[in-house]
Amino acid sequence: MTEKNYVPFTEEMISEYTILAPNMLPIHFNIILQFMRDKGYKVDLLTEDGPEVAQTGLKYVHNDTCYPAILVIGQFMRAIESGKYDPHKVALIYFQTGGGCRASNYIFLLRKALAKAGYDYVPVISISFDGLEKHPGFKINIPTWYKLLYGIMYADLIMALTEQVKPYEKNKGDAAALANKLSLEVAEHMRGGVGGKRTDEMMREIVKRFTKIEQDRSVKKPRVGIVGEIYVKFSPLGNNNLGDFLVENGAEVVLPGLMNFMLYCVYNKVEDYELYHRGNWIVYKAVKFAFKFLLSKQAKMAELIEESGMFRSSESFDEVVKIAEKCIGRGCKMGEGWLLPAEMLSLAEHGTPNIVCTQPFGCLPNHICGKGMMRPIKEHYPHANIIAVDYDASASRVNQENRIKLMLANAKVVEEAK
Amino acid sequence: MAYTLGIDIGSTTVKVVLLRDREPIFEKYERHYSAVREKTDEILQQAAPLLGGAPFKVAISGSAGLGLATEAGLPFVQEVYATSRVVEALEPDTSCVIELGGEDAKIIFFDGGIDERMNGTCAGGTGAFIDQMATLLDVDADELDRMSLEAKRIYPIASRCGVFAKTDIQPLLNQGASKNDVAMSIYKAVVNQTIAGLAQGKKIRGKVLFLGGPLYYCKGLRKCFAETLGLDEEHAVFPSFARFSVAMGAAIYSENVDGEYTIDDILSRIRTAKAVQTAELLEPLFSGAEEYGYFRARHQKNSVKRGDIASYTGDAYLGIDCGSTTTKLALISSDKELLYTYYASNKGDPVEIVREQLEKIYCECGDRIKIKGSAVTGYGEELIKNAFNIDFGMVETIAHFTAAKFFMPDVNFILDIGGQDIKCFRIKNGAIDSIMLNEACSSGCGSFLETFAKSLGCSIEEFATRGLFAKRPVDLGSRCTVFMNSSVKQAQKDGATLEDISAGLSISVVKNALYKVIRVASAEELGKNVVVQGGTFYNDAVLRAFEKELGTEVVRPDIAGLMGAFGAALYSMRAAKSTIISPADLKNFTHTAKATVCKGCTNNCSLTVNTFADGRKFISGNRCEKGAGIKSSGEKLPNLHEQKRNMLAEFGDVNGTRGETVGLPLSLGMFELLPLWHTFFKEMGFSVKVSKMSTRRTYEKGQFSIPSDTACYPAKIMHGHIAELLEDKVDAIFYPCLTYNVDEHLSDNHYNCPVVAYYSELLSGNVEELSSIKFLYPYLNINDQKELAAELYTFLRTKFEGIKKRDVNRAVKAAFAAYEKFEQGVRDAGVAAVKYAREHGKKIMILAGRPYHIDSEIGHGIDALANSFGFVVVSEDSVYHLAKMRPVGVLNQWTYHSRLYGASFFASENKDVQLVQLVSFGCGVDAITTDEVRAILEKNSKLYTQIKIDEIAGLGAVKIRLRSLIGAIEEKE
Repeated sequence: MTEKNYVPFTEEMISEYTILAPNMLPIHFNIILQFMRDKGYKVDLLTEDGPEVAQTGLKYVHNDTCYPAILVIGQFMRAIESGKYDPHKVALIYFQTGGGCRASNYIFLLRKALAKAGYDYVPVISISFDGLEKHPGFKINIPTWYKLLYGIMYADLIMALTEQVKPYEKNKGDAAALANKLSLEVAEHMRGGVGGKRTDEMMREIVKRFTKIEQDRSVKKPRVGIVGEIYVKFSPLGNNNLGDFLVENGAEVVLPGLMNFMLYCVYNKVEDYELYHRGNWIVYKAVKFAFKFLLSKQAKMAELIEESGMFRSSESFDEVVKIAEKCIGRGCKMGEGWLLPAEMLSLAEHGTPNIVCTQPFGCLPNHICGKGMMRPIKEHYPHANIIAVDYDASASRVNQENRIKLMLANAKVVEEAK
Repeated sequence: MAYTLGIDIGSTTVKVVLLRDREPIFEKYERHYSAVREKTDEILQQAAPLLGGAPFKVAISGSAGLGLATEAGLPFVQEVYATSRVVEALEPDTSCVIELGGEDAKIIFFDGGIDERMNGTCAGGTGAFIDQMATLLDVDADELDRMSLEAKRIYPIASRCGVFAKTDIQPLLNQGASKNDVAMSIYKAVVNQTIAGLAQGKKIRGKVLFLGGPLYYCKGLRKCFAETLGLDEEHAVFPSFARFSVAMGAAIYSENVDGEYTIDDILSRIRTAKAVQTAELLEPLFSGAEEYGYFRARHQKNSVKRGDIASYTGDAYLGIDCGSTTTKLALISSDKELLYTYYASNKGDPVEIVREQLEKIYCECGDRIKIKGSAVTGYGEELIKNAFNIDFGMVETIAHFTAAKFFMPDVNFILDIGGQDIKCFRIKNGAIDSIMLNEACSSGCGSFLETFAKSLGCSIEEFATRGLFAKRPVDLGSRCTVFMNSSVKQAQKDGATLEDISAGLSISVVKNALYKVIRVASAEELGKNVVVQGGTFYNDAVLRAFEKELGTEVVRPDIAGLMGAFGAALYSMRAAKSTIISPADLKNFTHTAKATVCKGCTNNCSLTVNTFADGRKFISGNRCEKGAGIKSSGEKLPNLHEQKRNMLAEFGDVNGTRGETVGLPLSLGMFELLPLWHTFFKEMGFSVKVSKMSTRRTYEKGQFSIPSDTACYPAKIMHGHIAELLEDKVDAIFYPCLTYNVDEHLSDNHYNCPVVAYYSELLSGNVEELSSIKFLYPYLNINDQKELAAELYTFLRTKFEGIKKRDVNRAVKAAFAAYEKFEQGVRDAGVAAVKYAREHGKKIMILAGRPYHIDSEIGHGIDALANSFGFVVVSEDSVYHLAKMRPVGVLNQWTYHSRLYGASFFASENKDVQLVQLVSFGCGVDAITTDEVRAILEKNSKLYTQIKIDEIAGLGAVKIRLRSLIGAIEEKE
């Protein structure tokens, strides 16, 4: 059994402690953290991204551990040692997916690192669907989850539109600036409640604001999808600013949103019950309901995007689930599991045959779900132009960029062939 | 007339081609030694007269060209893309292109739509790799090629990356294998790497074009490619433009690019282009000459007294350290004064070096000095000991500890960075308390620096000196050498100087040792009294980097590179009279080495038979006594790995009543569940065919369809098992997807790792032939018999006729009974082995890993080796139940891992039990288990030993690890 002797985050800590959160998705985390602050927590988002982050991580974690763990732990350790916080008055928070992938061990690796550096008294809060641990001062109840999910949905919308505007904006930086502004507005708006018409209105407003950015859409740019292990897929620190690199090289980035991953996690709970009879019936029913609910919300969002006449909505998760069948069983659920090939298939199906599949070096599930699926995907979509890129503390950028350049060169050929 | 210019700047060379109406009028291929801009400038100036000021179009290509093109504002074309263009233009009927460059390997398929592939970040079978290997053999690349054509046999060499290959090659050389054979084996490794790493399931056939520098120059490599792929002369094409293909492709590509340039225009753009610094910079090593002066003076204090061999009279003691790349000798007087030393590359023939040296020593000693004792240590220990009748053979760790104590009696930490190894020992209460050795994948230390110095065109001494005063050392990372290569490439692109790279590499070596091998977070963990040694520490840049990184001062003896030999000499002082070869016999000494294959068992060890003048033979390369030609001492020690293999063999092929044959691949999770599935299908009336225990051949058979070159060896070998079953014409192959393994109630959950759980998904997508049979990989729940029966019934009904619910229920029941019986049998055998050991006073070794580590190819016969060292060998799944399971500090949620932790607790509670953990290279979950197993053992003052296994066949490194363990245990006792 695993050592259960961890430092809990108590209720008294809420007012005294600063909770540090690692950054993965700037827009999403901005919204979520604001939401936490409203609940009385003191929260700081860690945004440091220099080379010291990885170097520090390497000191405290086994060097063969996945890159995201090295970065996240590096960021935490840097923050604690920065002198900016009283180590006795900070807590760390991290989202944990659980499951058969080694990523489920991040929290434990983090605690080990803390102990190694003499900070074993720092509480580490893990948020997970599995409810692996209990923290009296940090409980997420159903209404909170409900609101959080809305936050993610808003953020997904903002992120998707930002990516669609970036390559065409006349004044560089407009889209990013608007995204930042909107994330604050959304957080404010959510204070007044979420759901129903209120949310629809806000989403419509977001779409409208993006259409107002000055753009030159006369030359169509090749679309490049980014998929992969969740951290390196989303985090610019993890993927060496992949998104910016692609835009600079004349591409439009398509980034399937975080909601897909959430839905995937929920879906797996359903599968786990149906396939392995794990979990109880009530949870199963509740989860199944949540799944349906989220799907309907995603559909509504798609509808609002399409209304604009300018932007594309992403494929519905329902379809992503279905398309997976072409290549892989949905029982394959460790790491990003079946979602990864499903997203690639879905991108290829909907006019984004160019894809960067990102993973930390040595990522186990991606041997199967990433690299192992390229051949079958190409069988279904011969024009699919996929490149797998490994990220690591020491992988060289030249190497990565050279391969991405090859994909981009081919993207143009694919485009011309059409 | 239309001129086009193509510039291809790769990792090691610059290639420039000038075309006039697509006809080459100028071609140049030169190494750039990281002076990318200067070299390009120089070549372009040579081409200038041909153009006479005429305008032309241009495109730059290549990994190091990317930065230059951006900065100079010139068109860039990705190199693989450029290659495609040149092939379409010049050899349009090509089906496939294989291109090897300095550090890249590429395959392009043209049939059925262009499909281009490049090696990933972890691949070494390229030009730089060949250069490195040539250095190792002490020849240049041309000589290597010439030698390869004389080869008579091929040894298996790991093809994954240079470091691995080195680990295979070094023991071969040390054991006297022919250099010709080794040369060809290196090429074979490159070929395997290219095919396995890049073809990824797609067949290479039709007209194949071979491009790039290495394939242009190396005839042996060409031959090897053609033979391996089964291509005749018509289909294996080595065009004259092979070296220039990318440059020509760039020139052709430029035809469609807007904008024309003149040569002056280009030159001025290149000269004025501003280098954009993207690599991270570090602090300089020294602030200036003054600081360096103090540093030198401080370290000079740690010197050993020298005696004069020409005048000394009396007894002397000889120590020999026959290392992986160098041979060291030290002769000391009875007052421990140093009389004679030797330190040089063994040039792949250590026996000859030692013979020469002995001759020289005998000559200098005359009748005045009598050698009273001798000892040898290092990789070549056994060979040298046998060749020259040396008194003692000793483990390196003990030799180094002995020497370190001489300089610092209260030493508590020793770090030795040699040519190929990093060794660290922590000393507690005067004994070695823990040993850390680098894993095969991070061996890039001394010899890496040396190879790098050479590739940049200077000696290691010059390279090191130039690094001392680098202003802005580049951060090159701390992973394996392949990564460092790429990082250096990037630094070069950014315009880093040789000085900065040299200093950066020294810092990398240090970080690698500290964070990867020793795993420290701060200096305090090492203690106060640190001795650093090994040839690499002669390099003041490395020494300085180490002190700086730790923020502490350490002792570096002035004989840092001779410590092994010095320690051996000190150790040999316990001899009363030496058996060492006499001067007279030395004169007649001869040595011949012959390679052969042992037929003693299925391991098929590659043996080298060394014959000496007096007819004595010494056999190396063997895993057990059988190969060494020694009659077994009669006592066969229990070996659970072998017993388990025998127990599994009982589940052999059966003929059933149904007529259809189900194939079970004996790989990955099947090592655990074979009794279950075998019994199930047998009971259902199927014929069952089980693939045979793996051999190297198994791996080679399946390597063509491996999509991820960084997956673990057990996964890769699965492809071979599938290929074998397909050859056997089975009707179906069964390897189910099992998210969850058997729940043994020891852990919070009972997962399989993703690879074991879902490998069938990958097989289905990548092994083409599987579509011609029934490939069965249902998602099943094996923790509920009823449920499993229902699932199997539903599933099998769709695949076969006449499946009856009743039969399935009965078969599942029988299957579980068989599985439980098997597991109980394993545990009983474990208990019996422990009992045997205790009754006979033997030590017990838990050779712990996963069930599939008992595979004879994956385990490389380490079990037999451990037996030969006198250990009773048990497996983790045979003893984990003997200790109480306690909480562990990580998430304990994989079935195999909980057994590992259980076995660790058992080892930590019992004095006579040692645990050696087998870890597959690339196993992500073991990054978590290794630290935890180490923690469990060390908490109870147990030594932790880890053996990383991959394709590496040589056991040299493993032997040293096991012997270090034994040495340390003895020392402790």
